[in-house]
Amino acid sequence: MTQMNKSGITRRGLLRGATAMGAAALILPAGMRAASAAPKKGGVLRIGMGHGSTSDSLDPGTWDNAYSQVFASARHNYLTEIDADGQLVPELATEWSSPDATTWTFKIREGVTFHSGKTLDAGDVIASLNHHRGEDSESAAKPIVSSIVDMKADGSHTVVITLEAGNADFPFIISDYHLAILPAKDGKIDPMTLDGCGGYVVDSFEPGVQATLSRNPNYWKSDRAHFDGLEILPIVDAAARQNALLSGQVDVIDRVDLSTVHLLERAPNVNILSVSGTQHYVLPMDSRAAPYSDNNVRLALKHAINREELVDKILNGYGSVGNDHPIGVSNRFHASELEQRTYDPDKAKFYLKEAGLSSLDVELSTSEAAFGGATDTAVLFSESAKAAGINLTVKREPADGYWSNVWMQKPFVASYWGGRPTEDWMFTTAYASGASWNDSYWEHERFNKLLTEARSELDDAKRREMYVEMQSIVRDEGSVIVPMYANYVMALSNAVATPEKVASNWTMDGFKAVERWWFA
Amino acid sequence: MSFLMTLFWVVATALGALALGWLFRAVLVLATPANMARELRKAPLTASFGMLVILIYVVVALFAPLIAPFAESEVVGRQYQQWDSTYLLGTDNLGRDMLTRMIYGARNTVGIAFATTALAFFVGSILGLLAAVVGGWLDQFLSRVVDILMAIPSLIFSLLLLTIFGTSVVSLILVIATIDATRVFRLARSVAQGIVVMDYIEAAKLRGEGLWHLVTREVLPNAMAPLVAEFGLRFCFVFLAISALSFLGLGIQPPTADWGSMVRDNATLITFGDITPLLPAGAIALLTVAVNFVVDWQLHRASGLKE
Amino acid sequence: MAHVWRMIAQRLALGFLTLFVISLLIFGATELLPGDFAEAVLGQSATEETVAAIRRDLGLDQPFHTRYIDWLFGVLQGDFGKSLSNDRPVLDLIGNRLGNTLFLAIYAACLAVPLSLALGILAALFRNSIFDRVSNAAALTSISFPEFFVAYILILWLAQGGHFPSIARLSSSASLGQTLYQTFLPALTLTLVVTAHMMRMTRAAIINLLASPYIEMARLKGMSPMRVILKHALPNALAPIINVVALNLAYLITGVVVVEVVFVYPGLGQLMVDSVTRRDIPVVQAVALIFASAYVLLNLTADVLSTLSNPRLMHRR
Repeated sequence: MTQMNKSGITRRGLLRGATAMGAAALILPAGMRAASAAPKKGGVLRIGMGHGSTSDSLDPGTWDNAYSQVFASARHNYLTEIDADGQLVPELATEWSSPDATTWTFKIREGVTFHSGKTLDAGDVIASLNHHRGEDSESAAKPIVSSIVDMKADGSHTVVITLEAGNADFPFIISDYHLAILPAKDGKIDPMTLDGCGGYVVDSFEPGVQATLSRNPNYWKSDRAHFDGLEILPIVDAAARQNALLSGQVDVIDRVDLSTVHLLERAPNVNILSVSGTQHYVLPMDSRAAPYSDNNVRLALKHAINREELVDKILNGYGSVGNDHPIGVSNRFHASELEQRTYDPDKAKFYLKEAGLSSLDVELSTSEAAFGGATDTAVLFSESAKAAGINLTVKREPADGYWSNVWMQKPFVASYWGGRPTEDWMFTTAYASGASWNDSYWEHERFNKLLTEARSELDDAKRREMYVEMQSIVRDEGSVIVPMYANYVMALSNAVATPEKVASNWTMDGFKAVERWWFA
Repeated sequence: MSFLMTLFWVVATALGALALGWLFRAVLVLATPANMARELRKAPLTASFGMLVILIYVVVALFAPLIAPFAESEVVGRQYQQWDSTYLLGTDNLGRDMLTRMIYGARNTVGIAFATTALAFFVGSILGLLAAVVGGWLDQFLSRVVDILMAIPSLIFSLLLLTIFGTSVVSLILVIATIDATRVFRLARSVAQGIVVMDYIEAAKLRGEGLWHLVTREVLPNAMAPLVAEFGLRFCFVFLAISALSFLGLGIQPPTADWGSMVRDNATLITFGDITPLLPAGAIALLTVAVNFVVDWQLHRASGLKE
Repeated sequence: MAHVWRMIAQRLALGFLTLFVISLLIFGATELLPGDFAEAVLGQSATEETVAAIRRDLGLDQPFHTRYIDWLFGVLQGDFGKSLSNDRPVLDLIGNRLGNTLFLAIYAACLAVPLSLALGILAALFRNSIFDRVSNAAALTSISFPEFFVAYILILWLAQGGHFPSIARLSSSASLGQTLYQTFLPALTLTLVVTAHMMRMTRAAIINLLASPYIEMARLKGMSPMRVILKHALPNALAPIINVVALNLAYLITGVVVVEVVFVYPGLGQLMVDSVTRRDIPVVQAVALIFASAYVLLNLTADVLSTLSNPRLMHRR
């Protein structure tokens, strides 16, 4: 965590400091620190989110953008919570334990009520998780909970969950933003309900227009949810969002437009909040298809991309270079000992020769749907690859339908990962053999063996060793280029105060800004 | 004070433009055969300025690789560099030379816009005039088809056509031309409807003139004015359409430079008072104004007014 | 006059046919677009089983014609169905937004139509003068800028100084004056975008007639130039002007999604775009039908007015 006077430090210097510490960076005027010491109650927080559409749904299985996610954590609670330090802390579950990482027992907090007055019990938890499980599940979170074999209530406030195999990170997994706890009726939840046990009660919700909420008077957390009310607005246009903040129509915005952030920094009354987290951009190659089936070709491409330039120009410095594996500096077991891969056209040529090629023609499919700046990234990549004798053609695909028609369909594409709090979760999601989102169709025997072993290993030193080896395998033999880690960049009006440390797992303080922040 | 300065610059620019127009007209009069020179001498200064601008755009578009200081997509430095002697207009968001992008943008954008508009007018006006002259079932049929085409939201329409035909430049031209042609059709038809009931058309029909003669010799010349006026604007709408499509990921493929996308890529800068996006936007505006000044002159000539 | 009534009746009947064809086309088009609702809603998180489960649940696995006929029968009974995305009745979703869209369109039209007709007539009257050139150049410049860019410039000038709000938040309790103030910037943006087209057409159509013998005649009689234009030229130049006005009114209703996004204005355009992205067919269909009706009605009005404005067409031999 670094806090510095905005005027006294350059952006790049600040970022270097931030990444070196592997934590969140917060730019605040010096005067605010004192104020941030003691949270105050009161005020209506108006948030301008860069997502949100008229087709947003209340169903937890469909939450796919930051608008739904922030709105969800305002009205719902989860079993566990990841705090600002990346540690797992209790929320609706007071404690959890497992003898073998396979059978997990969760004690459910007593005396918690939903907004409707219903008291929380084990049945609500089981029904809420079951919404995502089973044959007929329509939930995007189905793969996350598919390892659950059985759940049963042991008394009114204990839930026992059995997994198909040991997973030391399971309590992390159930903090996933989809797995909100909703009230059950006859063993089922109504996925469209506005009722929850979170810090705010919903007054009105019009998808794509706004949500208004007011403080839950019976909230069980006494030191959270400081605002009297919330107004969450979707303001999708980047310039409109900035102007809404500058003209005082909202207090907080997320997804600050990185091409103009250097100008926004100069505005009085506005603070930029930049958090380096696990969010990273990737360029997966289909490892089954020529020429990407040859690891030498993949290494050539990995050396032909200029990461520093991308961080500079695409992220405007608000991010850090990637090292071709998905474990970021804020992760527990990040392998800092691995050498950082740099732009080296000669090495790229060398690997091309190893592959028996003198030049290479590839096509990179991209779209702004993949991540903001994906097309520009591809254009810069194409320019830097020229020096290595690689002719990279940029193919911009329609944003509409990108995930179903291009990603995992075309051999070389752009994509992103919001990042997962644990190494196992990230690897299992996108790198494990046969995983449904293994977008490079990559198979590696040693990697898969390590992945399974590390999952049920409880000794942290041994786990670390295993995860470092896995990162090194993905870096050198994997089929994904990870050029950069993108910070979460938000802008706050002076009036808004945050805790000293802001969570790095998701944007908006891990979606929990609504209950962790306050008006100074 | 700043307002007075702005006003001063606006007036100075306008006077400079007129002076250029005057010079250009003088050169043209000397360089062209006598009968053309006579017409040109009568051209208003605004029209000759318009012609000069169009000529410059055409030259730039044709000889872009020779004029541009750098290659089209070459990254030459840091992003958003100031204007200096190497990078006359600075650099863009990726560190490419802005002037080079503008020059290549002229080639890509103007070429596509011209092809599209010409195609839309050719198809739209011929069909519109035919519908008005022939009338009856042909008119009903064409009008209802156009009703339907216009009523399909253009987002779905362009998404669909581009999904089916791909995002090549040719399909881009065809799609935008189709959408534009429906608008031209309606205008041409309504103008021509007023003409076909005129006595001279009746006379031509009685003379036994063929359909083709009626359309091209009798109706078209009299419907020309509104159509030419429309052409000047439709031309500009194509730039906007390309820029809108590039937002959906359907426009011209990167790293090809086009002005519409350049405005979009840099647009947010304007809300901080940074004028970078005004360059491509201004280039479009200047061309639109120039084309329409020439159109105004032609309208005036066609109207037969003596003043 | 009788044949005008006949024409209106005939065209309205044909209009319904047009709507039917459009509903079929839109349904088919949305079908042809790659991906369906299930894939769109799950996005990057889609797996085969979940996609299949959603299709089963919503009946998306039924063949095309079954679903279309189901939809059609529903509509004929006044049931537009529910949104696939959030299970709300389509009519609820549309209700407010249709009102908002019409409000903004009418607001912009009230500013733009009188302004552009006046400018066009004045430009024709003072043709080739400095006034003509300047007003033309200004209108053309504003039309050359993409809408969002015009909006940004207005925000820079008018919103950042605190004169007008940069996001148009509507509330049902606000008075008309407040609402007009709140939505001034979007309306002004749209005005700037459509004015040039109508103004240029007015000017061109009038100038085209000024050399006609009957205008010469009127002028020789010593009528003032303004009177000549208003009494003699304008009535005969109405057909193309009406058409362009109708075209732009239709645009104000159907094409303002960019302005809605920049000013966060809850109109139909945004709903349409979101629903197409999600392949939410019932909503797409309903909005498309509203847009199509707007086109059909405005085209019909334009044709009727063109006919009424032309005595020769009124009394066809």
